[in-house]
Amino acid sequence: MNSSIYGWHLPPNVSAHGAAIDQLIHVVHWFMIALFIGWGIFLLYTLIRFRERPGRTASYESAKSKLPKLVEISVVLFEVFLLIGLSIPIWSKVKNEFPPAADSLVVRVVAQQFVWNIHYPGPDRLFGKSDPSLISDSNALGIDWNDPNAKDDIASINQFHFPVNKPVIVYLSSKDVIHSFAIPVLRVKQDAIPGMRIPVWFEAVQTGQFEIACAQLCGVGHTLMKGYVSIDTPEEFENWVKEQEAAKNL
Amino acid sequence: MSHSEHQSFWQKYIFSVDHKVIGCQYALTGLVFLFFGFCLMMLMRWQLAFPGEPLPVIGGLFSDTTMPGGVMLPEFYNSLGAMHGTIMVFLGVVPLAVGGFGNYLVPLQIGAPDMAFPKLNAASYWCYFVGGVVMFASFFVPGGAANSGWTSYPPLSDIATMGQTFWLFGMVALITSSLLGSVNFIVTIVHLRARGLSFFRLPFFVWAQFVTSFLLLLAFPPLEVAGVLQLMDRLAGSSFFLPSGLVISGTPLGVSGGGSPLLWQHLFWFLAHPEVYVLILPAIGIVTEIIVNNTRKPLYGYKTMVYSVLFLGFMSFVVWAHHMFMTGMGTTMSNFFQATTMIISIPSVVILTVLILTLWGGSIRFTVPMHFALAFLPMFAIGGLTGLPLGLTASDIPLHDTYYVIGHFHYVVAPGTLLALFGGVYYWYPKVTGRMMNEKLGKIHFWGSFLCLNGIFMPMFIQGLAGVSRRLYMPTVYAHAEAVQGTNVFMSYSAWILGLVQLIFIFNFFRSLKKGKKVESDNPWQATTLEWATPTPPPHGNFLQEPEVYRGPYEYSPPGRTEDFWPQNEEK
Repeated sequence: MNSSIYGWHLPPNVSAHGAAIDQLIHVVHWFMIALFIGWGIFLLYTLIRFRERPGRTASYESAKSKLPKLVEISVVLFEVFLLIGLSIPIWSKVKNEFPPAADSLVVRVVAQQFVWNIHYPGPDRLFGKSDPSLISDSNALGIDWNDPNAKDDIASINQFHFPVNKPVIVYLSSKDVIHSFAIPVLRVKQDAIPGMRIPVWFEAVQTGQFEIACAQLCGVGHTLMKGYVSIDTPEEFENWVKEQEAAKNL
Repeated sequence: MSHSEHQSFWQKYIFSVDHKVIGCQYALTGLVFLFFGFCLMMLMRWQLAFPGEPLPVIGGLFSDTTMPGGVMLPEFYNSLGAMHGTIMVFLGVVPLAVGGFGNYLVPLQIGAPDMAFPKLNAASYWCYFVGGVVMFASFFVPGGAANSGWTSYPPLSDIATMGQTFWLFGMVALITSSLLGSVNFIVTIVHLRARGLSFFRLPFFVWAQFVTSFLLLLAFPPLEVAGVLQLMDRLAGSSFFLPSGLVISGTPLGVSGGGSPLLWQHLFWFLAHPEVYVLILPAIGIVTEIIVNNTRKPLYGYKTMVYSVLFLGFMSFVVWAHHMFMTGMGTTMSNFFQATTMIISIPSVVILTVLILTLWGGSIRFTVPMHFALAFLPMFAIGGLTGLPLGLTASDIPLHDTYYVIGHFHYVVAPGTLLALFGGVYYWYPKVTGRMMNEKLGKIHFWGSFLCLNGIFMPMFIQGLAGVSRRLYMPTVYAHAEAVQGTNVFMSYSAWILGLVQLIFIFNFFRSLKKGKKVESDNPWQATTLEWATPTPPPHGNFLQEPEVYRGPYEYSPPGRTEDFWPQNEEK
């Protein structure tokens, strides 16, 4: 993993939807900085010009100018633009417009203190049954390996491989407490809540090795709940799947 | 009332029913808890700056269950984090801002002899005190204090160690205290205003406390209910917040299940968002009083301010779920809450504009309280502005649960509210004690605090944009966090220097009680509001004769008068 890509800035973006989010962050920040500097200069100028001096008295009358109203109205209009023009469309795309499952890699991610379990359905695209009573040290997901749908399934711990340029749909849940599935470079973050199964989707546009972080306090090992993302070429991904199948049948 | 001189020390200073004594009790207890909560953070900042290294000298004072060999354990780090938040909000800022300033000033500013229900007032303080003792004691129970964050999200909090039970009992006591206090404030303000003091002649500070009281009254009961439900989950085997099929460390949890972890979050944030305004509104009130007094001209838009603060209070009840954008809520819900969040920014912008425009055309005195009040404006602006990318759902995705959030709300509450509260202490100190605090020490305290607070919180935005999650015991675990680790060292030194700077304040505060310059009149700042029309310090019962009010609260520099202020109670 190349750590020099990180620094005093947004992490690099490798997802298809991330650029729009980054653009929104940039626009909002330029707006904030401009407004703050404008206010700041006005405030300092006012403080210097109207400081207490001998022979000068305060005026009883208030300043009369349309400028403050204009500033307030333009702030409101800009916020409306941010909301309707940028934020809502991006959010709808990310949260509502899921790609067809047939064209995507569909996986389950089950969080637990303090690891990420990833469950691949295999070529049959069907998840084997899982049951909490089957959970053991070697079967963290409680997958029923006798279920025919489970024959080609793969379970992986903390290693999340998927191919580049193909949508990935993750069904996110948790076994114990609330975690949050965060992949900074993919601009992905979603709480994993026990009792709920929440879908997330993204599409990577660049290969590489990155980190999964837990973003919600989940107990004493929260800080160590780190997983790894491996965005592979389609060939690499196929080879990895084969390796996992082979390892399972040993 | 006339018997006050015959009271014993205990009746007069400890179990008093005088709103001023209770106000001072609240303020002093609040200040002590603020410093204590800050000490917890100074400890955490060692771990954040130098992860895993033993803390020299002080580290040796801790037990093996917290910091063996001076190295902080992650469970202790989590306790410190949860308790820092809880203490600062519920035991520090609210008691100081509402219990302290509110109790002391509201009856004085409305010309009343006391609060409407003096004994209820005392009960409110003692509930708070009990809550504080329970919270403090929780550090010494097996497993240490609560360690599931100040937000106490279940299921983590449901299965946490005994400290969480203490936390819940403590919260129930604190909420009860706030409820008793808020009822008292509302009745007092509605019923005990002096003759001639109509609502639109109230000092803005009273308006701020009035709205704050409604927030406390309406927002706290849901959390009290939630706290009791969580206690049931922990002690009685219920599962209000526990869904079915939980498996903790490989073992199924033996509860019936069927509950919802999100139910807690809704109840919690239904309180905790209005709570933000409980923290900020009294501060805005204090800042308004100080700015108007030191500018020597009327408030730019009194009614605008009042309507803004009413609107702010109302809107604060319909934005809570913007804390929950990442819980998987549908787009209809999230669009509603991001829209309300944008709307609530408008009254904040208006309030800030009004305060800045008040300065235009004034004759500005740069007293110590004015330093603090003026610094509040840009700090509150930063706090408010950085709420925008968090309130917009799309940009919230990468920023949620990162240090950006921590920076945002600390700018509102620490450099914002706390600077205002310090300004208030300097401003009303001469009324309470009859002496001025030392000005030179006050200015050193101001500049030291102002610079250090920014040194702590400004780098949080860099960390947040870089993607660093909050509540990380070992921040260097992640590559993107390691890349900004230098900022943690800088922030920690800023925090420790800030701690030293507060010692100057503590020294000044106590030294001035005995050695401070005596005030030459009852109205040393030449102010207009009623609290300055009392003897100094005000006796039990406050006013020598019932005051009558003839005009609005901020008649500074009116034309045709030789003096540049016209007190509310002076007929001519």
